[in-house]
Amino acid sequence: MSFLTGENLTGGYGGADILKGCTVGVERGKIAVIVGPNGAGKSTAMKAMLGMLKMREGRVMLDDRDITDLSPQARVGEGMAFVPQTSNVFVGLTVQENLEMGAFLREDDISETMDQVFELFPILKDKRDQAAGELSGGQRQQVAVGRALMTRPQVLMLDEPTAGVSPIVMDELFDRILEIRQTGVAILMVEQNARQALAIADKGYVLVTGENRYTDTGEALLADPDVRKSFLGG
Amino acid sequence: MDYLIDVINALVLFSNFVLVPGLAYGSQLALGALGVTLVFGILRFANFAHGDTMAFGTMVTILLTWWLQSVGVGLGFLPTALIALPVGIAATALLVVFTDKAVYRYYRARKAVPVVFVMVSVGVMFMTNGVVRFIIGPDDRRFSDGERFLVKARTFKEVTGLSEGLAIRTTQGLTVVIAIALVVALFWFLQKTKTGKAMRAYSDNEDLALLSGINPDRIVLVTWVIAAALATIAGVLYGLDKSFKPFTYFQLLLPIFAAAIVGGIGQPVGAIVGGYVVAFSEVTITYAYKKFLIYLLPESLEPDGLMQLLSTDYKLAVSFLILVAVLLVRPTGIFSGRLL
Repeated sequence: MSFLTGENLTGGYGGADILKGCTVGVERGKIAVIVGPNGAGKSTAMKAMLGMLKMREGRVMLDDRDITDLSPQARVGEGMAFVPQTSNVFVGLTVQENLEMGAFLREDDISETMDQVFELFPILKDKRDQAAGELSGGQRQQVAVGRALMTRPQVLMLDEPTAGVSPIVMDELFDRILEIRQTGVAILMVEQNARQALAIADKGYVLVTGENRYTDTGEALLADPDVRKSFLGG
Repeated sequence: MDYLIDVINALVLFSNFVLVPGLAYGSQLALGALGVTLVFGILRFANFAHGDTMAFGTMVTILLTWWLQSVGVGLGFLPTALIALPVGIAATALLVVFTDKAVYRYYRARKAVPVVFVMVSVGVMFMTNGVVRFIIGPDDRRFSDGERFLVKARTFKEVTGLSEGLAIRTTQGLTVVIAIALVVALFWFLQKTKTGKAMRAYSDNEDLALLSGINPDRIVLVTWVIAAALATIAGVLYGLDKSFKPFTYFQLLLPIFAAAIVGGIGQPVGAIVGGYVVAFSEVTITYAYKKFLIYLLPESLEPDGLMQLLSTDYKLAVSFLILVAVLLVRPTGIFSGRLL
């Protein structure tokens, strides 16, 4: 059993099931990546892990505790941080205020964590007093990830962090995610850029129509001819 | 030299009838619009009951003021209503928080669309209006006391030797001072405190605020209490400056909404600018410029008529016109607020 596990996830948004009994999980200090074609239920699986989806079956375990019935806010309190794909910053607030809001639940001194975030994303330190809405797409993603890190999470969940950013920014962001892994955080990521994401993944899940198709290390999936042919474009 | 005196006289006349009343009225509208804009920003609906919330708070303040006057308690120079004001705010806060728990919360839980909220607030408006009329009656009430003028027209004339006088009523001075103090305090709260920042975050991106662990119930509660305080203060200042009549407060809703929308609804700065824009539009358009022009123009050009663009009876039409024009031309207002 992994540190964070979603087992036999089954459910959808009220109509037909989108998730049909898939299982995903991630260990501390590791990166797990969920890839798959459009409509495979990648983001839905992540929402299920966060409690934003009503599940018919299955359970979510965090550190051997069943958290299936906890609300998303309660899960944030338990050390899960989530970076949504869109609208993931407070556009009207400054960069620094965005980070402060990330640490809203903390009562202790947050300046050390904020310095760590600024160390990870130096550009944010220069732009700390600018409104997040005025930043470029890549910088906004950095604010979004930074905001999530401010809770000092045990699990960081990212929904397509590289959507809509240039390849250079994407490489940069993946480098930062590797650095975050060094600190012992469990990272679960949904990605469209499957090849690059699997290259940094300790574990990869290929979902198809809400079910697990392939599960292996990122390296093995990249080497698997079937996976390459079907999902990575040869 | 004579012409210079004429120009000064014209300016004093203009200050007396346009600038000073406009500043006071604008401050009252700004405070009202701030309440509307805060509720819109956080709770995401246009609160039609705001005018009657103002009336309720003013009513409580008036009743207490009358009692204080009857037992001989006063503030001397300043109006007694200032002592009663905190109680009025507290009572209004209780009313709106109760209304929220009893009415709005139900629709929030059902994730009702904004137009449903607006209709609900219309219901709340009629209820509050009924309560106010039932308790204090529909008639005009006066409750101001203390020194009436800060600057008397006659004293001004004697001191300056000008033929025009400038009068500044205590309530006008009080309105502007309190409005400035309140706006500074509100902006400090929104920009610097954790709760204030959380309110802005919640207004900016509700889902992300929830993901950050911000408690929505607390944000809603704080918003209602601030809105109640702003409404009561605006209502009492307006009542002191003019007089209190439930129907007038109901009508104030129009200029207040015009102010909030002109400035950009959801934007506190916009509400303040909008308040003054609407107030000065009303006052300048309904002012009779005859005497002002007589001072400035050569005798041959002296106007015969009143030189008034619109009779004061139509002052509400000015707000309406501004509202329609803004919604047609720039629906997000001066400071790019949200769309209604």
